[in-house]
Amino acid sequence: MNNKPKIGVYVCHCGMNIAKTVDVEAVSEFASRLPYVKVARNYSYMCSDPGQQLIKEDIKNEGLTRVVVASCSPRMHENTFRKTLAAAGLNPYYLEMANIREHCSWVHENREEATAKAKKLVYAAVAKVRLLEPLEEKEVEVEPSALIVGGGIAGIQAALDIAAAGFKVYMVEKTPSVGGKMSQLDKTFPTLDCSACILTPKMVDVASHPNIELMTYSQVEDITGYVGNFNVKVRKKARYVDINKCTGCGACAQECRLAGTIPSEFNMGLGKRAAIYLPFPQAVPAKYTIDKERCLFLTRGKCGKGPKCIEACAAGAINFEQQDEIVEFKVGTIIIATGYELFDPAKKPEYGYADYDNVITGLELERLVAASGPTGGEIVIGKGEKAIVPKEVAFISCVGSRDESVGKPYCSRVCCMYSAKLAHLVTEKLPDANVRIYYMDVRAFGKGYEEFYDRVRREGVRYIRGNPSEIFKRGDKLVIKAEDTLAGRTLEDEVDLVVLATGLEPRQDAREIIDILKLSQSADGFYLEAHPKLAPVDTATDGVYLAGCAQGPKDIPDTVAQAKGAASSALILLSSGKVKVQAQISNINEATCRGCGYCVEICPFGAIDLVEVNRMGNIVQVARVNEALCKGCGACAAGCFSGSAQQKSFKDQQILPQIAVLGAMK
Amino acid sequence: MNTDLNTEMQSFIQKYDLLGCIQCGRCTGGCPVTVRTNLNVRRIVYDSRNEEVLEELAKLPEIWDCTACNTCAVRCPKGLKPVEVLIGLRNILVEEGSVEPTVRDALESIFREGNPWNKSRATRCDWMEGLDVRIVEPGEKVENLIFVCCTIAYDPKVQGIAKNLVKILNKAGVDYGFIGESESCCASEAHNMGEEGLFEMAIEDNTELLNSYEAKRLVAISPHCYAAFKNQYPDLKAEVIHYTHLLKELLEEKKITITKECAEKVIFHDPCFLGKQNNVFDEPRYILKQVGGAELVEFDRKRERSLCCEGGGGKMWVEGSATKAERLAETRVKDAREREATVLAVACPFCVLTLDDALKARGFEEEMRVAEILEFIGPLVE
Ligand SMILES: Cc1cc2nc3c(=O)[nH]c(=O)nc-3n(C[C@H](O)[C@H](O)[C@H](O)COP(=O)(O)OP(=O)(O)OC[C@H]3O[C@@H](n4cnc5c(N)ncnc54)[C@H](O)[C@@H]3O)c2cc1C
Ligand code: SF4
Ligand code: SF4
Repeated sequence: MNNKPKIGVYVCHCGMNIAKTVDVEAVSEFASRLPYVKVARNYSYMCSDPGQQLIKEDIKNEGLTRVVVASCSPRMHENTFRKTLAAAGLNPYYLEMANIREHCSWVHENREEATAKAKKLVYAAVAKVRLLEPLEEKEVEVEPSALIVGGGIAGIQAALDIAAAGFKVYMVEKTPSVGGKMSQLDKTFPTLDCSACILTPKMVDVASHPNIELMTYSQVEDITGYVGNFNVKVRKKARYVDINKCTGCGACAQECRLAGTIPSEFNMGLGKRAAIYLPFPQAVPAKYTIDKERCLFLTRGKCGKGPKCIEACAAGAINFEQQDEIVEFKVGTIIIATGYELFDPAKKPEYGYADYDNVITGLELERLVAASGPTGGEIVIGKGEKAIVPKEVAFISCVGSRDESVGKPYCSRVCCMYSAKLAHLVTEKLPDANVRIYYMDVRAFGKGYEEFYDRVRREGVRYIRGNPSEIFKRGDKLVIKAEDTLAGRTLEDEVDLVVLATGLEPRQDAREIIDILKLSQSADGFYLEAHPKLAPVDTATDGVYLAGCAQGPKDIPDTVAQAKGAASSALILLSSGKVKVQAQISNINEATCRGCGYCVEICPFGAIDLVEVNRMGNIVQVARVNEALCKGCGACAAGCFSGSAQQKSFKDQQILPQIAVLGAMK
Repeated sequence: MNTDLNTEMQSFIQKYDLLGCIQCGRCTGGCPVTVRTNLNVRRIVYDSRNEEVLEELAKLPEIWDCTACNTCAVRCPKGLKPVEVLIGLRNILVEEGSVEPTVRDALESIFREGNPWNKSRATRCDWMEGLDVRIVEPGEKVENLIFVCCTIAYDPKVQGIAKNLVKILNKAGVDYGFIGESESCCASEAHNMGEEGLFEMAIEDNTELLNSYEAKRLVAISPHCYAAFKNQYPDLKAEVIHYTHLLKELLEEKKITITKECAEKVIFHDPCFLGKQNNVFDEPRYILKQVGGAELVEFDRKRERSLCCEGGGGKMWVEGSATKAERLAETRVKDAREREATVLAVACPFCVLTLDDALKARGFEEEMRVAEILEFIGPLVE
């Protein structure tokens, strides 16, 4: 540094927030006497226009080269003041904030002591600011395409929005069809629209949109890179059916030797399918898939005298030689829309789900009431002679929700309403049935939900306030042991059918995505958003967004809203075409690096790699920071054994004088 | 002593986390005795939030109908232990000295003689007469230290349980030892009857005694002692197991074999303190399945859904207010009969007593017998 630095110090009153406990006058007077300080002022709101103007004018008139603002947390206004500096022609990284609000006035009462502490913080900032170096903000180009993982309603909506804006979308769906859980629903609360009627057109649009490349029966294997430039590797699993030839006629499934023997996932095991199958009639794409775990030919190498499907397929689409295919592509942004799973009611053995056929889940009932379901929409339980049409029907809410005894303390948000919906559908289909819902609270929070709850009650669905404790059998009847807590009466309620409103939980395979993208989970196990209120679709990884139940339990309206939010965030990136990368990043001095790799391990963003360099004729390994991935968290700098990793603006030689002041001053 | 002080200072509401309750009713819904009594444990949790009425609540006769089966605590979605609230109310009566004379006598007997049955400590080992029993002294090393249970030690109706265990252990040639006359009540029932002071004293004394052995495992014969040692004694050195764990191990390792066949239809009743409270469901069934010729059938209300026999929670000493409907033990015996069982197998001395009474009351002596697992398989092991 040739010229002596000229520092300006600005002490903010923050109205009375700071001024009430800190003698701001005294602090700025103190600052004015510190080494290299050219001007020191205090002002009621530094962040206001006139406040910023003060700084700009001083930079111009006094020739300031460094600025200290003593005000609130840098999280609040560091950016504001950086822009102020830049506007006055100074490098924005010549700024240091002294936090005398959150770290001082808000947490202390004694004015004298708070003032002394504020002085100390200002002094420390002054000690550091003169050592700061100018930094450059880099921009990288954004690949104009998006990856969407998960083809439920969340993924579908996000894909359609981004595609409509003119960007390329790759959608990766694990199962053979898009649609997710919504495709299994019969009608949807609170309006009772038919789920398939509103969903199917969107599914078809996804498959036919020129900007969308749909990969079903596929899985993301690996993602590297960073915001704007992700490299994605996808495994397209072998379907053993050439989807370009398959016409979806279904002749193969009819002929399959295992036809009608394999529990259909789509129908929750209540219906049966063949080894070659279309998950459901409206599946998109309408292409068949061979279940390689079940297919006789694939598991035993032999299927009678030869696979019947081959014989049946006029299009010649069956191909037992087919292999998994790996495809790679680049995207600028990623949306995770992997949805949810349902709580396994066998984990609450008191409800006898594993013991009794007539204890079923809500989603199973959805399949029973659906016209496309295994019973053609008739509510019958059991098969053959034992089949019954239930007359006494009970719903039990909060199964695996709000229940610490099974480690599920959260509310699943949709079960109250889907129980009401299903109860309505049961009364509609079985007018003679007596339907009751056992509940602990009814949460009808959405638009039109309370009204729907009112309607269902008045239609004759009885609400009994009490969460049942046990189910056992007496003769042909199930006995629900419960208490009607409003009457204080204990009940042994005899019914024919119990429907468990099982809660929503994170997918068992949630880790796959976590491992690939280093996402975090909230305490409930769902993917964690960057901020619960102000960044609900963002994640801690730039350029990666969340939509739908992957982030937490949600109904369809909220899922779609969030999907549109995630699409909009992704589009901001895509349409601006450029993204700024963090300037205060780490840098590793390759001359002193020992190549131990410790920083590679501790970097939470996977931003450091070991590379080989030629050091005076020897090939040695050293660590190198990927500038686009580094978030400037400083973990490597703190962890490095040789002091080779240093974070810009937080280098040892910059922060040690700052610390020294804090330690020395009384 | 410190912990004592702390609990004293905690209010009743804090101690039982009463404000955590959402009044869902699962506790009362699951409570097995509600078909027979007015006990509504949810209501009591609710009412106890007003600490001024605690003494009044303690006077409700139905608080003595609780069998301490723990169903309410297992089912509560918010982690409360409603049963402990009832015990807390009983404690108020104990402190006031206004409990039933039978309860008072049992508690005094635990204090003086180390058993709740008003028997002299000197006769605790009388059941061993004529048996080849190894007694270990403090300081001695032993793999399996056996804890007998006061009821088994003194009640001739269930002494056979311990005798058969001795027979089996001798045959298996395992390293085991009994404590002898110095063995004292685990005091689980003292706790359940509200005598917290006595229970804490017992924990201290028993921990000192049991830790004085170089024992690897402490094998409880009764599920009640097992549950207490496992869940309420924080400082025991030895691993606490139930005898069914040990027996399963011996069968698996072929240290014993059930050689004699027995053409019976056996049904197993899960004791609350073993099953519901400690998730020991498979071991008893494994043992019973080793009996050649016998068929194992199941109650509809089995495992986690097993129906309490009403033997615990001090019910051996108080009649309580239950009058409505038949005894649960009778329901149980009837259900067993409906499944045409000839042996109602249990793994708890209290269950033997309650179910055997019920069987007699129902007049099923001809068709069926109640047998503790050890009594059932003892004669079949050669
Ligand atoms: C019984 C029941 C009834 C309901 N009724 C209603 C109703 O009437 N109205 C309403 O508003 N809401 C209802 N809901 C809620 C509704 O199901 C959800 O709001 C909605 O399905 C959420 O959509 P999603 O796309 O977030 O998740 P999902 O529907 O779960 O879709 C996720 C998709 O991602 C795929 N996937 C998962 N992991 C991966 C991976 N690693 N790679 C690739 N793909 C992956 C899955 O295969 C799936 O296709 C109901 C829920 C239940 C359980
Ligand atoms: S089960 Fe728990 S939360 Fe529910 S009423 Fe009983 S004590 Fe309260
Ligand atoms: S312990 Fe058993 S008997 Fe007692 S209140 Fe709880 S559920 Fe009822």
